[in-house]
Amino acid sequence: MAVASGRKYSVLRRPTVATGWWGWFVTVDHKRIGILYGITSVLFFLLGGIEAITLRLQLSNPENALVSPDVFSQLFTMHALTMIFLAIMPLSVAFFNIVIPLQIGARDVAFPRLNALSYWVYLFGGLLLNAGWLVGRAPGSGWFAYSPLTSTAFDVAGGMDFYVLGLLMLGTSSMAGAFNFIVTIINMRAPGMTLMRMPVFTWMTLVTSFLLVTAMPVITVALIELGFDRFVGTNFFNPTMGGDPVLWQHLFWVFGHPEVYILILPAMGIVSEVLPTFSKKPLFGYPFIVLSGVFIGFMGWTVWSHHMFTVGLGPVANATFAVTTVLIAVPTGVKIFNWLGTLWRGSIEFNTAMLFALGFVILFIIGGLSGVTHAAVPADAQQQDTYYIVAHLHYVLFGGSIFGLFAGIYYWFPKVTGRLMNEKLGKLNFWLLFIGMNLTFAPMHWVGLDGMPRRIYTYDSAMGWDFWNLFSTVGSWVILLGVLVFLHNIMRSLRKGEVAGNDPWDGRTLEWSIPSPPPEYNFAEIPTVSERDAFWSEKYVENEDGIPIPIKKRPSSGGKDTNDIHMPGLSYFPFVTALGMAICFFGVLIHISVIVIGLVVMLFGIYGWAFEPADPEPESGSH
Amino acid sequence: MAQVVSHNDHPTTTTGLDHRKMLMWAFLGSDCLFFGSLIATYLLYRGKSITGPYPHEVFNIPYTSISAFVLLMSSLTMVLALAAIQRGDQRGLKVWLLATALLGTIFLGGQYFEFTFFVEHNGLNLTNNLFGTTFFILTGFHGLHVTVGVIILLSFFVMAWRGRVSQTQHLNIELAGLYWHFVDIVWIVIFTVVYLVEAPNIIG
Repeated sequence: MAVASGRKYSVLRRPTVATGWWGWFVTVDHKRIGILYGITSVLFFLLGGIEAITLRLQLSNPENALVSPDVFSQLFTMHALTMIFLAIMPLSVAFFNIVIPLQIGARDVAFPRLNALSYWVYLFGGLLLNAGWLVGRAPGSGWFAYSPLTSTAFDVAGGMDFYVLGLLMLGTSSMAGAFNFIVTIINMRAPGMTLMRMPVFTWMTLVTSFLLVTAMPVITVALIELGFDRFVGTNFFNPTMGGDPVLWQHLFWVFGHPEVYILILPAMGIVSEVLPTFSKKPLFGYPFIVLSGVFIGFMGWTVWSHHMFTVGLGPVANATFAVTTVLIAVPTGVKIFNWLGTLWRGSIEFNTAMLFALGFVILFIIGGLSGVTHAAVPADAQQQDTYYIVAHLHYVLFGGSIFGLFAGIYYWFPKVTGRLMNEKLGKLNFWLLFIGMNLTFAPMHWVGLDGMPRRIYTYDSAMGWDFWNLFSTVGSWVILLGVLVFLHNIMRSLRKGEVAGNDPWDGRTLEWSIPSPPPEYNFAEIPTVSERDAFWSEKYVENEDGIPIPIKKRPSSGGKDTNDIHMPGLSYFPFVTALGMAICFFGVLIHISVIVIGLVVMLFGIYGWAFEPADPEPESGSH
Repeated sequence: MAQVVSHNDHPTTTTGLDHRKMLMWAFLGSDCLFFGSLIATYLLYRGKSITGPYPHEVFNIPYTSISAFVLLMSSLTMVLALAAIQRGDQRGLKVWLLATALLGTIFLGGQYFEFTFFVEHNGLNLTNNLFGTTFFILTGFHGLHVTVGVIILLSFFVMAWRGRVSQTQHLNIELAGLYWHFVDIVWIVIFTVVYLVEAPNIIG
């Protein structure tokens, strides 16, 4: 909605001051929103980590009574939800925000205010999901929340209320962000940047965004149905009225399996940027990597029932999903061979970002291989709900997604802050995480195959699982140490890190062609792209042997008058709209009048947004 | 929500399509999955209610056919509204926007009376069987979409009334139209799979 603005302001004047803490509430700059996403997701990562450490302490020896079974259930549920929805996904989105416009040569995203809205809804959704802790009833039915455990009959305390409402908000945030990046990537590329010249991270962001806008509506419907069952007493998942709990499983995993690729594809994109940069070679088999990513995106929709092999869907369904599950391993394998091909005969620089990328490849191979073993239905019947699954999913999510994201942090930190992260601490960080991760999760393969079920709060000593469980717990402390080193490195590098300059890594993509940190407008002059690895091709030519020769005269982007670059104005309304939405959702748990108040605030936000003039009033000064 | 920004110095988009139009198409694609999931739930539970009232006992096909017709006609008036603003016809814009909103409101009124009739006369509600649960949630969320559409149309009507929708801004009306037509198409699907498949009293 828009209007030919005769007036210069709408309900609220367009804010003009971007500095100070208040500036963060009204910012629409993709880089600042990316930083907000990054900080918030790291904080939630720490919270999820504390939950994990507590779980491991409880399991460190048999018949332990550190936490009650009830609290244990809440801990493992919230650990999963926090890590998936509040840490890995938003940390990926932090990179989408910071990197995508820079990689495609744009000055911002297509909808800057919508971008801010995504962040605020994410923040409030995360708080709502965690609000259960404050009243002593966090969700405790597992992250995939199988019915009928989630019904009011079995979830007496009511923790699942926070699950339903929190995830609905987080889904809204994800979809809003994904719409934005779809339009941004398709529609805002610099001249000459065809689809097959886009950096791989941009490609994977595009695929992930399409997965988000198609998968999130499905979980939204599932949550609406569960919410109505809980708050109104409908019968969607009520077996006594003919409702079918398996419907929940289908809806959940139709969302849940694309979600797996939503979690891993951004990390694969990051690794596909880091490996060529530090091998000093173009990415090997670029079209194969890209098309494999697209193929994974499609295939992600065809494998959901492999989470349900023991439900009893019948041999035809099981066989079909077993075949598709084996098939999806193919594009993943293609990617791994292409990454290895990229390393082949490269002049490899083993810095921290590269170590994390290599760690990603190694650990993801292990996790991928154990994943393929689930495709065999009879084997899966043995592995279902054991620690073998826990081992597998942590190899792909911790060894995969988290290592990929850490590679991204070390790789792009200099671009965001203008300072390099400390390499010595970085390497210590990497080795602690790499070793700790394997100490923690490798033994889970054995205890899992030995029959230890996941999600039990304790076990009998006679089962013979004591040693490896203690081993895992020790490993989890090594991970904790690694994370503390990481935090120390961040804090230290922010203050006294080495100044990075525009292009500390001799990078290949456009983000390295501009200052670190980038100016608000990113590019003084929108670049024109004539090749893949757009920035590299400005710096080097290849001689007849294929050896890159630096071009003497560096192209300069300076000197252009940047005063006339028009940037989107600041806005209160994304925050106001998100606040209204949060009040509304909290109101479901409090009173209908609170819902109404929330709706009013939200409508105020939406209308203010729609009628907001493009620019601040001239007389109140410009920036 | 769309952007107010319309600068002359803005670079043209890569595809030539307006950002907002692409956003709307992406949103509608996403919304297909939303209604697809709700309709799938309805179909899965069709005929699975273990107590009444059952669909053939409550549906009045002629009544709902008329309200479906009203909604479909609103797509026609929506097209006329867009055509009006595209040729700069402010009066036509106002008339057809109001007509579209009015037809949408009539449809919503029809749904309101249908719902209350089911509840009070047939004793069907959200909780007493699977049919009630799936029927009210599916058609209710469609009704919610129509309601949002009516609010958008009325907002544009008020703006047009105050002379603030210029011919150059016809894209705004086009986007509202895209959403409106989508909601209509969804109703065709819902009307078919929910009402016509049961077809209890179609001849009386």
